[in-house]
Amino acid sequence: MTLLEVEGLTVATTSGTVLVDGVTFSLDRGGRTGLIGESGSGKTLTALSIMGLLADGLVKSGRIVLDGEEILNAPDRILNAHRGNSMSMIFQEPMTAMNAVMRVGRQVAEPLRIHRGLSADEAGDLAVELLGAVGISEPARRARAYPHELSGGQRQRAIIAMALACGPSLVIADEPTTALDVTVQAQVLNVLRSRLLSTDAALLLITHDLPVVAGITKDLLVIEDGRIVDRGPTRRLFDSPQHPSTRRLVEAVPPMSRRGEVPLKASSTIATDPIITARDVSRSYRLRRTRIGEPPHVVRAVDGVDLDINRGETFGIVGESGSGKTTLARLLIGLNRPDTGSIVVDGTDLTTSRDLRPLRRLAQIVFQDPMGSLDPRLRIGEIITEPLRALKIEGNHRDRVAEILEAVALEPDVVDRYPHEFSGGQRQRIAIARALAPHPKILVADEPVSALDMSVQTVTLDLLAKLKDEFGLTMIFISHDLSVVHRICDRVVVMESGRVVESGFADDVFRSPAEPYTRRLVASIPRLDGTFPA
Amino acid sequence: MRWKRVNLVVGTAIVLVVVVTALVSYVWTPFDPERISSTERLLGVGENGHMLGTDQFGRDVLSQIMVGSQTALFVGILAVGIAVVVGIPIGGVAAARRGWSEDVVMRMSDVIYAFPPVLLAILLVAAVSPGIGPAMVAIGIAYVPIVARVTRGAALSVFERDFVSAARTYGRGKSYIFIRHVLPNIASVLIVQITVLFALAILAEAALSFLGIGAQPPRPSWGRSLRDAQTFIQLSPRLAVWPGLAIAFTVLGFNLLGDGLRDALDPRLEVRRV
Amino acid sequence: MYVARRVGVFLISVVVASALVFSVMSILPGDPAQVMLGTQATPESVAALRAELGLDRPIPVQYLDWLAGVVRGDLGTSIFSGQDIAAQIGSRLRITVPLALMAMTMTVLLAFPAGVYAASRHRRLGDGIVTTVSQVGLAIPAFWAGLILVSVFAVGRGWFPANGFPGWAEVGKALRALFLPALSLAIVQGAIITRYVRSAVLDTLAEDYIRTARSKGLSRPAALWKHGLRNAAIPVLTILGLQFAALLAGTVVIESVFVLPGLGSMLLQAITRRDLLLVQGGALVIVVLILLINLLVDLAYRFIDPRVAQQ
Repeated sequence: MTLLEVEGLTVATTSGTVLVDGVTFSLDRGGRTGLIGESGSGKTLTALSIMGLLADGLVKSGRIVLDGEEILNAPDRILNAHRGNSMSMIFQEPMTAMNAVMRVGRQVAEPLRIHRGLSADEAGDLAVELLGAVGISEPARRARAYPHELSGGQRQRAIIAMALACGPSLVIADEPTTALDVTVQAQVLNVLRSRLLSTDAALLLITHDLPVVAGITKDLLVIEDGRIVDRGPTRRLFDSPQHPSTRRLVEAVPPMSRRGEVPLKASSTIATDPIITARDVSRSYRLRRTRIGEPPHVVRAVDGVDLDINRGETFGIVGESGSGKTTLARLLIGLNRPDTGSIVVDGTDLTTSRDLRPLRRLAQIVFQDPMGSLDPRLRIGEIITEPLRALKIEGNHRDRVAEILEAVALEPDVVDRYPHEFSGGQRQRIAIARALAPHPKILVADEPVSALDMSVQTVTLDLLAKLKDEFGLTMIFISHDLSVVHRICDRVVVMESGRVVESGFADDVFRSPAEPYTRRLVASIPRLDGTFPA
Repeated sequence: MRWKRVNLVVGTAIVLVVVVTALVSYVWTPFDPERISSTERLLGVGENGHMLGTDQFGRDVLSQIMVGSQTALFVGILAVGIAVVVGIPIGGVAAARRGWSEDVVMRMSDVIYAFPPVLLAILLVAAVSPGIGPAMVAIGIAYVPIVARVTRGAALSVFERDFVSAARTYGRGKSYIFIRHVLPNIASVLIVQITVLFALAILAEAALSFLGIGAQPPRPSWGRSLRDAQTFIQLSPRLAVWPGLAIAFTVLGFNLLGDGLRDALDPRLEVRRV
Repeated sequence: MYVARRVGVFLISVVVASALVFSVMSILPGDPAQVMLGTQATPESVAALRAELGLDRPIPVQYLDWLAGVVRGDLGTSIFSGQDIAAQIGSRLRITVPLALMAMTMTVLLAFPAGVYAASRHRRLGDGIVTTVSQVGLAIPAFWAGLILVSVFAVGRGWFPANGFPGWAEVGKALRALFLPALSLAIVQGAIITRYVRSAVLDTLAEDYIRTARSKGLSRPAALWKHGLRNAAIPVLTILGLQFAALLAGTVVIESVFVLPGLGSMLLQAITRRDLLLVQGGALVIVVLILLINLLVDLAYRFIDPRVAQQ
């Protein structure tokens, strides 16, 4: 029986730009449908249209029928009775989606007070129960806490509890796990799935990350530029994608995220010829004191790390947020000094040599956020030549820029334009060009593709691999994403809380992890074949 | 969008009118603003060719208001100049260095922040002498913490951006990074702040001159005209209207300009993609 | 712990502020004794006054001596009237502080409803009117507003006294005398705070948690009321604290318009009489009041923002 019918939904700006273009689909009672597409494709706008929460200044038309009732142009009074009651929504960013100055329990209890007319005490008791049901330990204590006192995973569980409080018949989840670490993501997805299975609520799961929907949804909608371009059972679309857009999305999924069993990569042989040798390296951070007189809080970001990186290899550092991977990489190329231990880079001992400037020519970095890594006030030409001038590199800089732009597949005329004129993928290529301009021997790539769409990720990774060979680079590749690391790296180290817990060839580490932590990481990856994370 | 343009256009127009008035008044005013005439005291609007009438000494009100704009702009430029020249480096150093030096700088600025311009001026005037000089210095010093804080706040977020880290990897020092990368990126914030401070400085000068501790005769000043008008408020309330309007008009102009600039310069409003 | 630390910062700030006040008066070119006696004074009388004031001692000694007095509540005696300065300031505060509080109350009563209303009518007529009126209010000097109010409501209509203060013996009369001065301050302050309230509420309305609240079924006004206002209060509180400082400075000017015997008019008198010790004491009291307000604002955060309380 049909629960939700969306017919010809169109959303446009007042100036006439069409953002969602005639989206039509229906969702059965208890059905579970995924809405997949890249950023800017209109996924979130579709969801917000159903909830009636589109921003002011957007024009919507078409029909949305929930349980026989037309709700697209219903007055707020009617929608308020539905929102949080018969339909509810789970948002992406668990920190900002919660009110920082209200206790978690009260926020979870709120829908019950609004729609069930419960007293504060009754709703509060139920909220504690709900928090327990989504797997939050000590729910009574957490209910009295404020959001900042909870971890990211707990906050997202609380939001799920909030969304399910009134037993809605429709739940819309918009990238519910994108902001979470992989192990936490697996737990939250499991909670979401098991809680939904225990009710007859229908789910519309919105994500750019295909494997996330694989284990949960039965049907799929593929959205591109505001239009639904493909639809069908999840299994069929993932196993044998027909539509070119779907095929492109599916092909962009790294091999490791496809099947439960990790595939073997083409083997690579790297001669043992260390360009970087690190022995027992540690580095602590004193968190900045917020006020004079407060004892400084010390964090051991990197804790007794030993490693050798060979000339010409792609060396992966993988770990969850806060594991110390970025700090380690910065130590390895002398951007920060270790507290203890020794690091030798290309024959230079970083711990004893006072002048680290020669190193600046040797190693360059590509950062995660292509928006923030380019100075918005400089032209592309200035951005790429600045390192050449700073490092006092001789020769014709203009030729060097032309050569490097060609290498990253950008037109030579981009030099006169500004960063905001480019897409995320193009900006990342500009950042790569800047890093390669001084012809470094070592390139540190710090989450270089995490902010990019899946299909752009693939292109960028291929480009990095190509450039590594062309420029004879040694690449240190940092990522939280195991499948990306598996795809591009020869050898990897897995970090947890500042320590290296496992290291070896990428295939060995990911196919037969020796350490429980690595095993948990590998098992947490959602797979396209629907083998749901344990 | 249209509203924002209105601010910018009207603000710019008003500021231009004030600037042109000040420049013109150096070479021409309808009457000699200082000419005292016992026969033309307290004339009404338009009488004897005095478009805005005359004051209790028979001086032409319009001419006085015209020359008053010189003082208003002069004070704005000098006071804000002091605040900018001292405040931006302080804020920049605090943002670049962090650590204890930042603590000390910000605590000091907290304390100076507790001295309102009028109070600082009273102190300076008591120690030196009444006059436009001490008044301007006092206003300027009082605004130093504001500029320093705004600079620091904006610079901190730029210093955390990856392009600053990238500049570090190719060996740029912090002062170079501040001037080359950070300042251009916080310029719009600073320009808006400077415009608003300009308006505040004009208000502060008016208040100080009204109290008799700012501009001293013969320097023309709207604030002092109001001080003179207060004595005659029962007799001729009209005299209190024109200088006040002049102040409000000028301040409104700078405030509108500030708002308009903020809307026009804010890069978030203009994100174009290929 | 937080409270103790914050009070510690307050005490240090007071000491630094006292040093600043003192050094402005002592280190700047110009001999206080000379300033007090005027340019016609003989060198002998200047030297005598220097000795009497203790100005012949090293400056740090003078400062510590003065500071020790301040700690005991002894600000010295006025060189002009021979009165005890602390007592004099105390009686003046009985006008200035009520005036400031009255103006603050009016400001809040004016600005909060106006700001919230404008934000809730964003980009519509009501917003436009509030924004325009507050833009104009922002440009008006408070003392000019005072002059105009006097000429309209005191000189013209006689509803309020034009100037002077009858004392607190009759509270009604006293409040009537303070009404116009407070209103002149509140017009300007109200315009400023209205703008801050409006933008704080607008920022809040754009936050994700408001969308979450709406997704639970709260109407827009209810989401703003239950989730938004407490969040919006955080930046507004900061501004209220800062503007209170501006308001105290404003009383100095307004007291002069309405000839009120408060701290401000005392300071101005002290300048004309070259009573430096009195200026020094009065300025210190104003600064300490402002620092005290900052302290209270910081402590108030603990009740509004749990993230601060936890630090």
